[in-house]
Amino acid sequence: MIKTFVAALVMLAPLGAEVTVIKNATIMTESSKGTIKGSILVRDGKIAEVGESVMVPQGATVIDASGQYVIPGIIDCHSHIAVDGGVNEGSVSVSSMANIKDVINPDDIGIYRALAGGVTTANILHGSANSIGGQTIVLKMRWGKDAQGMIFEGAMPGIKFALGENPKRAGNPTPARGAAPNTQIARYPATRMGVEDTIREAFNEAKAYKASWDDYQAKVAKGEHLIPPRKDLKLEALKEVLEGKRFVHAHCYRSDEILMLIRVADDYGFKIKTFQHVLEGYKVAKEIAAHGAGGSTFSDWWAYKAEAYDAIPYNAAIMAKKGVVVSLNSDDAELMRRLNTEAAKAMKYGGISETEALAMVTLNPAKQLAIDNRVGSIEAGKDADLVIYDKNPLSNFAKVQKVMIDGQKYFDRDNEVSGRPAKQLEKQRLIDKEKQDQQRQTDAQKKAGQGARRPQ
Amino acid sequence: MKTVGLLIAFAIAASAAANDTFLIRNVDVYPVTGAEMKGVSVLVQDGKIVDIGAKITPPKGMKVVEGKGLRVYPGMIDSGTELGLSEVSAERVTVDTGELGEFMPQLRALVAVNPESEHFPVVRANGITSVMTYPASGGRGGRGGGGGQIIAGQAALIHMAGWTWEDMEINRSAAVQINFPAIAGRGGRGGNADFPDELVALFGGGPATYTEAKRQYDAQVAKLNEFFDAARQYQKERTANAPGFRRDLKMEAMMPVLEGKVPAAVSASRERSIHDAIQFAEKQHIKIVILQPREIGKAGAELKAKNIPVILGRTEALPENEDAPYDEAFTIPAEAYKAGVKFAFGTFSNEFVRNLPYNAARAVAFGLPYDEALKAVTINAAQIWGAGDKMGSIEKGKWADLMVTTGDPLEIPTQIKYLYIKGKEVDITNKQTRLYEKYLNRP
Repeated sequence: MIKTFVAALVMLAPLGAEVTVIKNATIMTESSKGTIKGSILVRDGKIAEVGESVMVPQGATVIDASGQYVIPGIIDCHSHIAVDGGVNEGSVSVSSMANIKDVINPDDIGIYRALAGGVTTANILHGSANSIGGQTIVLKMRWGKDAQGMIFEGAMPGIKFALGENPKRAGNPTPARGAAPNTQIARYPATRMGVEDTIREAFNEAKAYKASWDDYQAKVAKGEHLIPPRKDLKLEALKEVLEGKRFVHAHCYRSDEILMLIRVADDYGFKIKTFQHVLEGYKVAKEIAAHGAGGSTFSDWWAYKAEAYDAIPYNAAIMAKKGVVVSLNSDDAELMRRLNTEAAKAMKYGGISETEALAMVTLNPAKQLAIDNRVGSIEAGKDADLVIYDKNPLSNFAKVQKVMIDGQKYFDRDNEVSGRPAKQLEKQRLIDKEKQDQQRQTDAQKKAGQGARRPQ
Repeated sequence: MKTVGLLIAFAIAASAAANDTFLIRNVDVYPVTGAEMKGVSVLVQDGKIVDIGAKITPPKGMKVVEGKGLRVYPGMIDSGTELGLSEVSAERVTVDTGELGEFMPQLRALVAVNPESEHFPVVRANGITSVMTYPASGGRGGRGGGGGQIIAGQAALIHMAGWTWEDMEINRSAAVQINFPAIAGRGGRGGNADFPDELVALFGGGPATYTEAKRQYDAQVAKLNEFFDAARQYQKERTANAPGFRRDLKMEAMMPVLEGKVPAAVSASRERSIHDAIQFAEKQHIKIVILQPREIGKAGAELKAKNIPVILGRTEALPENEDAPYDEAFTIPAEAYKAGVKFAFGTFSNEFVRNLPYNAARAVAFGLPYDEALKAVTINAAQIWGAGDKMGSIEKGKWADLMVTTGDPLEIPTQIKYLYIKGKEVDITNKQTRLYEKYLNRP
């Protein structure tokens, strides 16, 4: 029996060893190799070799990318796609017990659209209604796989924090026009002062909680028999933050609140992994760099709310120049599809080089999510998450041709376009069928209703 | 005597060194309406383009701008904004679009344009010299008190610089804005569009049933027609100076529309809404421009046949339906072009006006010829809004609304070096460049 099983495995092995070679491409490696003209050898989902020429193994699938560009799969450090239902658990100020992992929707069309825009990995976050929000998860855009199959194996999970206007909002409810005043109950906090306090109170509790567990474990280790402390799912996530086992991704806008959170983190002995949006990051870039946090920002969004009025498109450039690892994120299912040209805005505003600009949507977000050992650049040993463009991807005239994740093709523009007539036919068939069914039902009702009409 | 002498001397000096008279030399000229000319000169006098050619000798004392390695294009025009009327879109007190009332053609966007809005210099910095600014929120219905507007007021064509809104005015009434009614919140005002029309027709969407939605829609269209009929009746009484005739400001505002002097800018997003809007225009004998269609389809042939221009919204947009092709919004301009429809681009925003050329460029990646994209942010817009003889291209006799660039303005890394509006150099620094300088140099 075991023998048969092993034999089967041996037979399957060569089939599993998928080999692809992308040749004649301009490869923007985002590694020390820089941008080269050459080929990429992909084996078993990993990049096996990158160079001016590689040996093409027998039986390999060859993609001729003459005149085309290959970049590492784009990574969006801030997205809300693939979430089933709402992204905000807004009823409480600290919702660290809520977890995005529990509500992944692998059928969200946003995943396919993101793929079609060259995105292969995304950090999926809880909303910004709470000072401390829910737990986050890193996904690969493996369209067609189930929820479990989307999860980026081994990526450190995170937690969303939010500062400023959004967490304040529930503290300042606006009654609907014509409604009696004070019909909505305000939820603490209503000010930036209250946001700081909410976070401090939570970590004050979390520290005590951690101490009780540390104490318990130390005693158990010494052989004592004790009843464990009561498990608290809200504080459990914060305990992980204190232990460095969960990253903090903090939504923020103004420099005052950014500095505030850095000081709170210093006081409680934890680190902010990334400041998200961080539109005034340029004002406190020095402090962000000193803390060791990353900055994940919008390229040029501004003025849509009061706290975005001092936003400048030079934010990414200033933060980068002052030593912050910077990424450009989308926070939006539409913008997510064109992060490549968002990177070009870092070139326009502040004169960042092409390589550095592209890093802001590939290698840098990988670093911010601590997955740069796996993705973010085209180097031997890394996951074969690759995007092929017809032109330089920092040009508005470029479009995605093919997207590969773990060496598997997940998007192919030629197939997408040629498959459209068939999809259109299928849609029409379904509509026609629905119409016929409706008609049949109506006819049947009419027939049954002939003579005496039944009371409804 | 001495004073007179000084005045004469000053007048001569002022003429030679007037701030709207200069020559750009050795520059590559992209006139948009003709072939590019490399290494030529552009002569601007009293704010107008007077000559373009290889050998122009500037009069003595005239300011000369060295254009070596640079390009000059006409300044770009965004055909859909709320610039000057909205500062921080989420803060209602800073927003003046979206008035109350269903039929408000007498409202004028121009008078609410704040010339000191921080948006003007920010948008200018990317080469945009004039815009259409609309009275309805988001260039449509939507936020604010004006969610129920059918006729929102008069949209203005403005220059991007001036001490007052009068300085900025190109045409205070370039269009009267109509939000064409839509079935079940679809069409004219966007709305939930998760299901195709056919299924909405079967199962209903928005209002309880399709029948109900259709009834509401028909009632709204009837109301719009009644308003136009009333305006036409008013026009008759006005012309005849009938006894008891009273001046009515709403009706007065409708006269230029009825006379065909001012077009109605009609929001209609779906194929069927566009068709209905065209039928409406035919019935009322008015000139229309369609705003923000989200599909072209069969309406393309109709638009072409009736010579109705279209203002396309952002290509940087999601498909309308879940099962629509991912690139739906990217391909609409190419579709409009192939159908022979005349179009310009609008961003229908404030925050994204500066990305106007990039929206046009994305359409090029998905099939729109490059030259057509450039026209759609310059000359086409000028022509659609009745200013084609004054702006939109580099031609003798036109205003010197010019941008001098380091390269292709449709590509993001290109820098704008100089910007001119009516021949006057306009500052391209702004709040954002000042904050950049300040914090880059923070010790």
